Formats: sequence, C-alpha cells, structure tokens
Amino acid sequence: MRLYRWLAIAPAIGMLGGVPFANRVRPYVFGLPFLLFWVTAWVVLTSVIMGTIYALDRARERDAGRGRS
Amino acid sequence: MNPALLLIAASFAIALALGIRARRGHPMTLEQWSVGGRGFGTIFVFVLMAGEIYTTFTFLGGSGWAYGKGAPAFYILCYGTLAYGMSYFLLPVVWRYANAHALVSQADFFVRKYGSESLGIVVSLVSVAAMIPYLVLQLKGLGIIVSEASAGAISSTEAVWAGSLVLVTYVVVSGVRGSAWTAVLKDIMILGVALVLGTYLPAHLHGGFDQMFAQIDRAHPGFLTLPRTGMSPAWFISTVVLTTLGFYMWPHTFGSCYTARNENVFRRNAVLMPLYQLVLLFVFFTGFAALLEVPGLTGTSVDLSLLRVTDHAFGPWMLGVVGAAGLLTALVPGSMLLMSACTILSKNVYAKLVRRDVPDSQVTGLARALVPVVALVSVVLTLRGGSTLVLLLLAAYNVVTQLFPALVLSLPNRPIATRQGAMAGILAGEATVVALTLTGATMGSLFPSWPAVITDLNVGIVAMVVNVAVLLAVSWATARRPRSPQTAL
Repeated sequence: MRLYRWLAIAPAIGMLGGVPFANRVRPYVFGLPFLLFWVTAWVVLTSVIMGTIYALDRARERDAGRGRS
Repeated sequence: MNPALLLIAASFAIALALGIRARRGHPMTLEQWSVGGRGFGTIFVFVLMAGEIYTTFTFLGGSGWAYGKGAPAFYILCYGTLAYGMSYFLLPVVWRYANAHALVSQADFFVRKYGSESLGIVVSLVSVAAMIPYLVLQLKGLGIIVSEASAGAISSTEAVWAGSLVLVTYVVVSGVRGSAWTAVLKDIMILGVALVLGTYLPAHLHGGFDQMFAQIDRAHPGFLTLPRTGMSPAWFISTVVLTTLGFYMWPHTFGSCYTARNENVFRRNAVLMPLYQLVLLFVFFTGFAALLEVPGLTGTSVDLSLLRVTDHAFGPWMLGVVGAAGLLTALVPGSMLLMSACTILSKNVYAKLVRRDVPDSQVTGLARALVPVVALVSVVLTLRGGSTLVLLLLAAYNVVTQLFPALVLSLPNRPIATRQGAMAGILAGEATVVALTLTGATMGSLFPSWPAVITDLNVGIVAMVVNVAVLLAVSWATARRPRSPQTAL
C-alpha cells in the first residue's frame, strides 16, 4: 500500500483545523497578520506535500518497470 | 475616447484575433469545439484550468471582499488549494474513464457510470442552473469594468449589454482553442497587474504592507481576524469544505480535465497550482490598500474597490491596463461557461430528450444557436440582481456541490451508489438548496438554540447532509437489483 499518500490530508487538517487557533492578528509574520500567514504557509506546504507524493509515486512507477506516462 | 476604454477595446481585439487564428487548421466538430481534440499538455491544461479559476470573481470579488469583510475573504485562498490536492487522486480516475469511453461532457460521465440517461439529463440541468449565476457574475464584472473605465460615461446597464455581445462574438468565433490562447495572455496580464498593484499600492501609499496591516488593525479592530460569531471559524471551515468539494463539479472544469493528453498532467498541476493561488495574496493586498485609500464603498459597490484605488493612485492609463486584464478574466471563464452550458443543453438535454439519433453536426449547430439565448437570459438576470460577486458564487456553489456525492461514490470498483440512489440524492439535495434559498434560512434560523459553532455553519451543509442521507438510504434499498454502474459498460 502507498501509505505516504495519506500525507495528502495534512493540508486540510493543518489549514482548516488550525483556523480556530490561528485566528489572531499578532504576531505578524513577514508583515502578514497571523491568520493570513497561517493560511498562506499551508498553501505553500500543500505544494511541497503534493510534490513529495508525486516524486514518490514516480519512483515507484519506475521501480515497477512500467512508467505510466 | 479616453485612454482606459481604448486599451480595453484593444485587448478585446487581440483576444478575438487569437481566437480566429487558433481556429485555423482545425475542423470544427463538437469534440474539437469543446474539448480541443484531447491533445493538450501540462502547460495548456494548467493555463486552461487557471483560466477558469482566475475569474472576475477572484480579481474584483476577492479584492472586494477583502475591502468589505476583511479576514473572511481568506477562504478564497483555501478552497482552491485543497481542491488541487484532491485533484491529484480524483482527476486521473475521471480522465482514464472519460478517455476510454470517448466522453465529451460531465453528464456523459454520469450516464456511463450509472447507465441512466435520465440521470444525465438531471445532472445537465443542475449544472446549467449552477453555471448561470457564475455567468451572471462574469457579466456583472464586465459591466463594472467598462463603466468604471469610462468614468461613468457608459452606464453599467449599457456595459453589461456590450460585455455580453463581446462574449457571444468571442465564443461563436473561437471555441476552446481560442480560450486557451487568450488564457495565456490573460494569465500574464493578471499576474502582472496583481503583483504590481499588490506590491506598489501598500508600499507607496502606506509604507509597506506590514504598516498597512497595522493601520487597518488600528482603524478597524477585528477586521483582520474572523469574528466570534457570524463569519466565524465554523463558517470559514464549513464554507471551505463545501466549496472544495464543489470545485471540480463545474461542468466546464470537469470538461477541461478531458482535454489532457495523459493523467500525469493532473498530478503535475496538483503540485504547481497551489503556488499559483498565491497571486490571491496580492489581490487581497489591493483590497486592503483600497480600504484605507478610497473608503466608503458599501454593499455591492465593494466590488469596485480595486478599480477605484487604481484610478485614484495611477490615473486612466493604468486603469485601462487593469480594465483590459479584467476584461480577459471575464472573457476566458465567461466563454468556457457559455460554451459548456450550450453544449450541455444541446447534446445532453435536447438530443437525449427529443430525439435519440441527432447527427453531430446538428448538435453543434444547436449549441451555437443557443449561445446568444443563454447569454440573453444571463443579461436579464444580471440587470435584476443585487448581490456582491462573492455571494453570487457561493450561491452557485451550493447548487453544484450537490453533484459531488453521486460522482465520488460511483468511482470505486464496487460503486456504493445505485442509479436510483444517485438520482434521489441529487434531487433531494437540490430541493433543499432551493427551499433554503427561497426562505433565506440560515443554520441560526433553523436551529436557534444550538451553540454558535453550529449556527455559524454554512447552510449548504444541510443540503449536503440531506443529499448523502437520501442517496445512501435509496441505494441501500435498491442495491439488491443488478449493480447498475457496472452493467452499464
């Protein structure tokens, strides 16, 4: 089983689950109010996480000897 | 003619020229007209999907909500991002099936999966019903841009008529290849405009965006966080969840996934597209800068804030550039919506309902003939309505998200939903949406004594719960018959 694919739910849990706790102005991070920073950070992390999953998927497909592209 | 209008007219001429040029050399069959012959690679599909997603809604509506509501506008940044994550798993499955069966529309997918022509007709009507408010939103945006650019010389009503004429011409002339090329132009322009406005305005007018946020926090305490009640964290989370689920249920989005050459296109897009969402940050910055610079816009005129602050800070030439970018952000998705709605009405409603063996050429002909009709209906609705762009889209989302359970439950090898279940679920969900909309109900009015965490939830949740409950109950009751989705092959 490709357990690493479960990583894909992290953005939903982090971004949304964190909102009640991140719902504040201070501290400002990179000049952004904290809530906006929190959401933005998860947007970037989503890309990183999906990129990781993609890389692992590709590696598996190569190992299986028949890339599907 | 003032410089702003001149620039906007020029951008339309370029879009039209690209549409005509792109069409050359491709015979216009229905498949060519609506899914571009299924030959697009990563870049084109990326651009097409981005083209649909970066609409007037994000441009004017996003800044408008940042200006009018503050932190609740951040939801716009979230739902697209989460939907792209979901697309990594969802779209390859959809694409593989669609490709194997040479499907053209979203309704075709439901028809094939569930082996039910009538389900296809219901899905088609639902999706057209959801697309109309989305189209109205684009026309409203066009109206705002043209009338603001003319400094009021052209009334918003005249502008809406002009805008829809532009849209109809564009769609009839080009089809999807035109959209793809215009989308490239549009993306470059909107990226440029958003980055310039979003960095220059806070830096120049307020001494940096950290300063700007500090000023807003002083002038409007609580504006940069979600309120304790109303658009609270509970509202935020439920709205993001609903819109994420609905994100790919739009027939034009679903349909543009058919244009991919192979399924890796989607996986790569799932990695890239969240970063593209960051453009929204700059759209928000513009809205916030406008709040300090051109205060006093209320109600539906918050949607004007981006154009007002541009005019205020730069004058008519820049207003023209921004207006031109705005025109394209309405034209690309507007043309996709219009084209999808007409193809659906012709192919998936008329051809199925009236006669079963309509030749392809006639379906294409009718689709084209419907373009001005659907546009006219949208114009009438645009001129009547009085909602902000964001509220219009949220209403449309409530309708279209109801297709999600039936779609996703048809995907497993042993589908969970039966055709009766899918049909009943969608109908029950939509009936609930209509009832809630007509009565103006909220979770607060339905469950007055419940805690705020519940009463602040997006009321679309109710329709979703009804939908899933009915779907599962009916599927369970009808499951003993042969498993319809598989025998459909």
